[in-house]
Formats: sequence, structure tokens, C-alpha cells
Amino acid sequence: MTLTQADIDREIAAEHAAYEKRLADGGPVEHQPRRDYAPYRSSVLRHPKQPLVAIDVSKDPELVELASPAFGERDVTETDNDLTRQHHGEPIGERITVSGRLLDRDGRPVRGQLVEIWQANAAGRYAHQREQHDAPLDPNFTGVGRTLTDDSGFYHFTTVQPGPYPWRQHLNAWRPAHIHFSLFGTAFTQRLVTQMYFPSDPLFPYDPIIQSVTDDTARQRLVATYDHSLSVPEFSMGYHWDIVLDGPRATWIEEGR
Amino acid sequence: MTKIDPSRPQTVLPTPSHTVGPFYGHALPFPGGGDIAPLGHPDAIALQGRVYDGEGAPLPDAFLELWGADPDGELPTTDGSMRRDPASGGFLGRNGVEFTGWGRVQTDADGHWSARTLRPGARGASAPYLSVCVFARGLLVHLFTRIYLPGDDAALAADPLLRRVDPARRDTLIATRDRSGTYRFDIRLQGEGETVFLEFQ
Repeated sequence: MTLTQADIDREIAAEHAAYEKRLADGGPVEHQPRRDYAPYRSSVLRHPKQPLVAIDVSKDPELVELASPAFGERDVTETDNDLTRQHHGEPIGERITVSGRLLDRDGRPVRGQLVEIWQANAAGRYAHQREQHDAPLDPNFTGVGRTLTDDSGFYHFTTVQPGPYPWRQHLNAWRPAHIHFSLFGTAFTQRLVTQMYFPSDPLFPYDPIIQSVTDDTARQRLVATYDHSLSVPEFSMGYHWDIVLDGPRATWIEEGR
Repeated sequence: MTKIDPSRPQTVLPTPSHTVGPFYGHALPFPGGGDIAPLGHPDAIALQGRVYDGEGAPLPDAFLELWGADPDGELPTTDGSMRRDPASGGFLGRNGVEFTGWGRVQTDADGHWSARTLRPGARGASAPYLSVCVFARGLLVHLFTRIYLPGDDAALAADPLLRRVDPARRDTLIATRDRSGTYRFDIRLQGEGETVFLEFQ
């Protein structure tokens, strides 16, 4: 039987209700998705069923995971954060500027650290061989960028607005437009890969990936804010998106890198 | 809201994780991602393994990041893992001399990955290990595990993590050495032989 959007909608609603009940029963706010979130079918065989083994990092300052790999100026080039300038011609689409700060749980900026992004083009097509969506490729857009955060933790990208795209999990499944982000902190424990969305996307309620974050407030933190001050006159629309890394760091280090 | 005001700590809440999806392959992997060991280094080791799902099927769309200390137990602060070429816009690759301690490797169509790095030295009370972070389509939050190397039974027996884990599952954290001297470390995301995964608090 074909899996329909209505089937997935029911599952999303049930997961949301289950979370609300956990909260009402005194459970903690869940900032992260559960790995066993079945409305996203690919998770079903790819999540551990045994409980994770907890490691209290305060007990051992020597843990490898409390340091982070380093990246520097030679790991990025000048055009890496401008996805509209990586080919001979201009990509098709609405140009956007995306900027924000990378922070740790204490609100401290993460400085000089690597931010990587990837996205579909304006038509909703990835420049990836296994992509099956038959929207047009753009010869002037690869959709890959990287940068280092500055001394205040800011990152900055220029790109084009990605399109939504169908993804075949169920009949008429569409992903809301998004940009993938990969982030490092000052500790490897803070590693994060996530997706940034755009304000008021009508696809949010239908998408089991964004809905895997069942906490309504946490889910809002994945959505960028339109910021007119980041719009560049005669050039681009501006979006602001701050990122807060989860996971412990070495608390006895007073200064972040 | 996604403008965070650090002067109001109650607004500083974590950004949720999401899956890497299926289409990171033209973005995150880079040439020489697994060639972490400097060329010709006497302490280089080779590692390989497969990543499996809950039905024992290999994952063709996962990647691992490896992070570890140098042979003296020092954590590298050297950048240059993914040196870029400003002339071509491509990758220069590692310089083959410096050790960054970090690498990124994809699984192939058989779910197989491999890497060469330096044998890590011990730090603190732990036996030597490499930290591993696993990403895949379908995995909503990445998973951490560790690769311990076999050989020093006393160090492994004294390791604070290995002492705590269920003895029946302890071996999922320890690589095996095959006849060619390569270390083998398979990762099972679910089911029989499920790898021990870690949560840092």
C-alpha cells in the first residue's frame, strides 16, 4: 500500500502528542530529535536500541573529545563563502545573504572554527549524482560553501535561495527549502550537523524531518529570521541565523579559541 | 527566534541536530580525508571497517570523522586537513608532513571505510583511543563511539569507560588486527552486536 501524506501526518501528530504527554508528566524539554523518530522512515533501522553510555566530562580533563580539530585560513579560499561566484556565470535564483553567530551553551562565541554548508539550487536540485529529482541543474551553481567564524563568532555566506524538492519517502513528500550546516566547536563533543529553514514555509507541518524536533520552541530555532539590515542594496535578501552548540566543553578553559 | 541574546542566558538554547541526508557527498568529503598519517611516518596505522544497519545491511551513505591524539598523547592544534587551492577552487590535500589528528571518510557502495592515521598515545587514565563520530542519512543525531586498539591488555582493563560497559558489549569498542596488520572496526548501528555509543555530559 502506498504511504500517503495523511499517514505521515497522523504519525507526526501522534509523536507530538506523546512528547506533550512526557512534558506533562514532568519529563525534560527535548531540544534534540529522538533518533527513533519513525515518521522519518530512514531512521528505523539506523538508530541504536541500547541506551547510550554516558561520560561525565568533568571527571577527566584529558578526554580526546574535549578538544576539537583545528581549521585555518588554508582550509578555506576567498570565494568559498560566496556560492554565487564559484563558476564563470551567475547562478539562477534569488540571491540571499545568510549570517549569524556560532555560540556555545554559555553564549560565548566560537571563534575561528569551520562552518560548512550545502544546498539544492533555486529549482530544488542538488548537484549530486544520486539525486533523482528531474528539476534542472544549474551549471553555475554547485551549492557548497565553507568559511571560518570571525573573532565574534560570526559567519557569513552569499548564495541563492534553495528551492523545495520532492524526496519520495511517501507520496507527494516535499522537503521545505533548507541549507545544510556542519559545525565544529571548541570540543569535539559539540559537533553539530543540522539544517536551516526559511520563515513561514508552508511545508513545515508536512515534513517529518523538521517535525522530528517535537518541541515547538526548539523547532523554531531551526528557522532563520529575515533581517533587512543583512539585505544588500540592489543585490540580495538577508537572513540571520544564530547557532548554539550543544554538548559539554572543557569548563576550566576560560577563553574559547 | 533565531537571534540569540547571550546576555539573556535563558535564550541560549541548543540548535537541534538534523540528519545529513543523502546529498552531502559533493560537499563534505574531501580528497585525502582518510590519509591522516604523515607520509612515511613510522607510527602510521591502517584502519578499516564497515557500517551496518539493524538488518545487517551495509550503509553506502554514511561517513565517519576520526579524531585522536598523536603518538605522544598530545592533541594536535594544527590546521590544514582540507587545504584549499585558491587558484583552481579545488583541494590541495594535506601536505603529507603535518599531523592534524582529524579526518573524514565516507563509506563506499559496500559500506566499507578505511583510513590511515598515527597510533594514538594515552591521555589521562584512558587507554589510547580514537574518537569517532558517525553521520548517515536516517541518523537524526550523529553518534559518538571510540576505537580502542588491541594489544595492551593491562591498559584496556584499566580504562575507565571499558571498565563500565557491559562486558558482553565491550569488544564492540576494540578493533581487531588482521593478518596484514590492519585494524578492523565495524560499526553496527542497531541489533545484534550493536556498537556501544557514547553520550557526553
